[in-house]
Amino acid sequence: MQLDSFQLIDRIVDLNIDGKTITVEAQVPQHHTIFEGHFPGFPIMPGVLLTEAMAQSSGWLLLGVMKFERMPFLAMVKEAKMRGFVSPGQLLTIEAKIEHEGSGFAVTSAKGRVGSELKCSADLTFRHIPFPDPALRVHMDAMAHKIGFPLQMIAP
Amino acid sequence: MSSTFDQIATIIAETCDIPRDTITPESHAIDDLGIDSLDFLDIAFAIDKAFGIKMPLEKWTQEVNDGKATTEQYFVLKNLAARIDELVAAKNASPGA
Repeated sequence: MQLDSFQLIDRIVDLNIDGKTITVEAQVPQHHTIFEGHFPGFPIMPGVLLTEAMAQSSGWLLLGVMKFERMPFLAMVKEAKMRGFVSPGQLLTIEAKIEHEGSGFAVTSAKGRVGSELKCSADLTFRHIPFPDPALRVHMDAMAHKIGFPLQMIAP
Repeated sequence: MSSTFDQIATIIAETCDIPRDTITPESHAIDDLGIDSLDFLDIAFAIDKAFGIKMPLEKWTQEVNDGKATTEQYFVLKNLAARIDELVAAKNASPGA
């Protein structure tokens, strides 16, 4: 995780375009200023960041399914549940799947685990639109390489 | 079996917390019921699932924006129900349906 740049996902472990599922890993940093306030003496990952991590996982899945032709934006969070504490230094594994592909929107479900222990889950809705700016497309390409997105899977 | 309108009205009532008895076939989802675009995503999701279709919201929106259609054609509920019936019929008539 690069919390300062809001990069919550480190690597894509598995992407199944046909099955519309993704598995990613996110290494929670051992040290970060966030933990100074959240909380003194008992540092844990904020629930909003766990939710964002689930959203970014879903976002990469949607980007793959849509072949990087459209950009998903988080629109709705439902049933977000923080089921257990996630501590500095822990490795978070997030699985997401597409529950529904609508016209201009998609719904995913996501779960985050540390080891076999379920830590968080949520149902997420995204609006998706053509990339609104070429710079964003360039950035997402660079990020895709950085996190090991299997671009060959979406090659024409 | 309830009508398409009844199913839509129930979905809207439950999704947007609008009293069911205030929703009529003449209601305009946006102008009369005050449903915003985000709530309409929720409604579209529920309608897609309930009817096994994919409402072409982007196409409809584009047609309205281009002046080729009015919002009434798609968002007055009796008209929305008719569009949904058309989509269901098209799906059932397609090969492999």
